Amino acid sequence: MDNSNITKERFSQMVDKSSPNSNIFTNCCKAFAIGGLICVFAQAIIQWLLRMGVEKDIASTLSSVSLIFLASLLTGIGVFDNLAKFGGAGAIVPITGFANAVAAPAVEFKKEGFIFGVGAKMFVIAGPVIVYGLATSWVIGIIYWLFNRIGG
Amino acid sequence: MIFLKAFLIGGLICVIGQILIDKTKLTPARILVMFVVIGCLLGGIGVYGRFAEFAGAGATIPLPGFGYLLARGVKEEVNRSGLLGVLTGGLKMTAAGISAAVLFGLLAAVAFNPKAKE
Repeated sequence: MDNSNITKERFSQMVDKSSPNSNIFTNCCKAFAIGGLICVFAQAIIQWLLRMGVEKDIASTLSSVSLIFLASLLTGIGVFDNLAKFGGAGAIVPITGFANAVAAPAVEFKKEGFIFGVGAKMFVIAGPVIVYGLATSWVIGIIYWLFNRIGG
Repeated sequence: MIFLKAFLIGGLICVIGQILIDKTKLTPARILVMFVVIGCLLGGIGVYGRFAEFAGAGATIPLPGFGYLLARGVKEEVNRSGLLGVLTGGLKMTAAGISAAVLFGLLAAVAFNPKAKE
């Protein structure tokens, strides 16, 4: 009986050791595929707009806006959750994740009203992203301004 | 070719995010913040711009691309309007994305109800 206990223990140790890694590998493959496909889709929109004669920067922005629209819609109908469950970071790291981070709490907290529910909760994740992104950009802007002064 | 680059680079950035989620205790929210800050810093030193030229949507669609836009906006506005550009540039450049996310998030909240939890 002792023997079987030991083997059970060892077996669970082996499982603990090996499965997180193989899980990570599978997760990374899924993230790679979903993230890559989202970027290809965005690139396809850009290429199509460029062929229509749209300027490059505008094409890029419109492509982002399209993805934000689709991600918000998929969040609303409850499909984005499945995409994020499968693709993990592949769905979260592209701009679709930002859109989902805004739309998901907006829908989720609707029952708490449109002011403190929808209006406030939509920035639960997007808020910090904007705050610290902006803060970084101020620092960069000031350094850039100083360099320009010295240089010019 | 641009599609292949978009797929590979976009996919790789997501893999970095996935490794951070699985290997560290960082929440997705922290990772999003981190990615935007890193993208902004790389944009500031001019690296991300060249990277975006190379990888197209593969570099601009992942969240570091959002950070890159913040940095690029600030630089362009500093060139145009001096120190004031530090305050205006970041949001000006990212206005479409932020505004679209809020608009469609709000519309989603109006149009849809949360799914009942199983």
